[in-house]
Amino acid sequence: MTITGLTIAELSNRLASRQVSSSDVTEACLERIAADSGRLNAFITVLADEARADARRADIEIASGGYRGPLHGVPISLKDLIDLAGAPTTAGSRVLEGHVAVADATVAARLREAGAVFLGKCNLHEFAFGTTSEDSAFGPVRNPWDSTRFAGGSSGGSAAAVVAGMGFASIGTDTGGSVRIPAAVCGCVGLKPTSGELPCDGIIPLSRTLDHVGPLARSVADASLLYRAMAGDRNPRGLPSSRVPSGSLRLGLLKPYFLDVLDGDVEKAFGLALERLAGAGVTISERAVRHASDIATVYLHLQLPEASAYHARRLDADPDLYTAPVRQRLEMGRYVLAEDYVRARGGADALRREVDAALEDVDALVLPTVPITAQPIGSTTLTFGGQAYPVRALMLRLTQLFNITGHPAISLPCSRSGGSLPVGLQLAGHRGRTPDLLALAAAVEEAMGRRE
Amino acid sequence: MRGQVTRDDTIRASVERWLRASIEDAERRGLPELKPLLEGLAQATVALRAADWNDTVPEPPEPAAT
Repeated sequence: MTITGLTIAELSNRLASRQVSSSDVTEACLERIAADSGRLNAFITVLADEARADARRADIEIASGGYRGPLHGVPISLKDLIDLAGAPTTAGSRVLEGHVAVADATVAARLREAGAVFLGKCNLHEFAFGTTSEDSAFGPVRNPWDSTRFAGGSSGGSAAAVVAGMGFASIGTDTGGSVRIPAAVCGCVGLKPTSGELPCDGIIPLSRTLDHVGPLARSVADASLLYRAMAGDRNPRGLPSSRVPSGSLRLGLLKPYFLDVLDGDVEKAFGLALERLAGAGVTISERAVRHASDIATVYLHLQLPEASAYHARRLDADPDLYTAPVRQRLEMGRYVLAEDYVRARGGADALRREVDAALEDVDALVLPTVPITAQPIGSTTLTFGGQAYPVRALMLRLTQLFNITGHPAISLPCSRSGGSLPVGLQLAGHRGRTPDLLALAAAVEEAMGRRE
Repeated sequence: MRGQVTRDDTIRASVERWLRASIEDAERRGLPELKPLLEGLAQATVALRAADWNDTVPEPPEPAAT
């Protein structure tokens, strides 16, 4: 395996013991970015000079005994709606042309403090308002496993970068699944923490009550490191020292609605994953969410008007600067009545109680992350059982619930057979207990068989 | 006569009025392409208003049978 394919846990040992330098690793990542930029379009801005300078500084600090911890000297990227001082924040849109951030977003500042090296800003669905990363002023992000297919979104560039070795991790945002969806369709780990745990200041909002920031990484341990650093832990450790034995795990399998619409590849990979977990001693019992069929309805009536409110002024002043699909969805949000927004808030409360109830007596809920695999760029609808479904609705179908309710959720790659596209397995844990979810996810990752 | 118009009928009628007004407004603003999106949203709004979690003013009691 080349050095750019290591996990952070593997790399940081070598950096700390000076077997490799941050400068060499950063250079290797920049070479990967240069080599694959035309194929994947994962980056909007590459900060090569700044990254080299930060890497040199990290090498000097480490050599002089100033090792800060496992992120010191590790090259990573940010979704390009997270501010990094002195760098453009485009949000994948012409609307923000010329905008340069004056300060780091809080999460970026905390990662910088932990010693991370920022390689650049990743491409995304314009203003994070989409699930495929196709509608970007900078062109579509392409899937690393098949560049004729989308990378998922909205943090598509981040997922493509992590999988293609263009950095060891990336930070994305998740309003309806935008970290977990691209992680699932590109084949990496994506974490949405409990609502409100990580600060979103310095990040362009999509929907303030549903927005979360979270890491995309190559392992659960790496995701945990980044999560802890972004939460303000000055010396983050990957996972709790006490490993969770898989034989003691209890998972609730969400059934009606959640498994009703799945494509064959997802059904097969998810079924195999459950078999492996059961074989490892995990107890799996069925659970239900009574208002599951109302999830999309509640989500729409919260997300659309919140997004429209943020964009209203620019939408009136410069509507043609938005891509047509994003502009249309923003305009649609302006027609949602306040009374329906309030009804949706009531629905969110009901769903939160129902997910809490489904989690009683189990450690986490388990379900696929996305019901389909990466589709050819430009796909708009898919048919299941004679019924046509919009791709956007399918992509959000299994993730948006946990943005509404605030429960932490993580997507892990299922094992793949030769030539098949990645499939994600999603775990959702108890509110306020993201570290417990991460420990459990590490046990599940191990039971399923780790990275290929 | 009361009793013939169901709660669902009332919801559908109110959403239909909202939809007509919204489409008219979108067309007046030069955004006719919003029509299919608004029609989809209207279906979701019917479901939202009919959901059993909504708090509503109690219905008046049915008149006693004679």
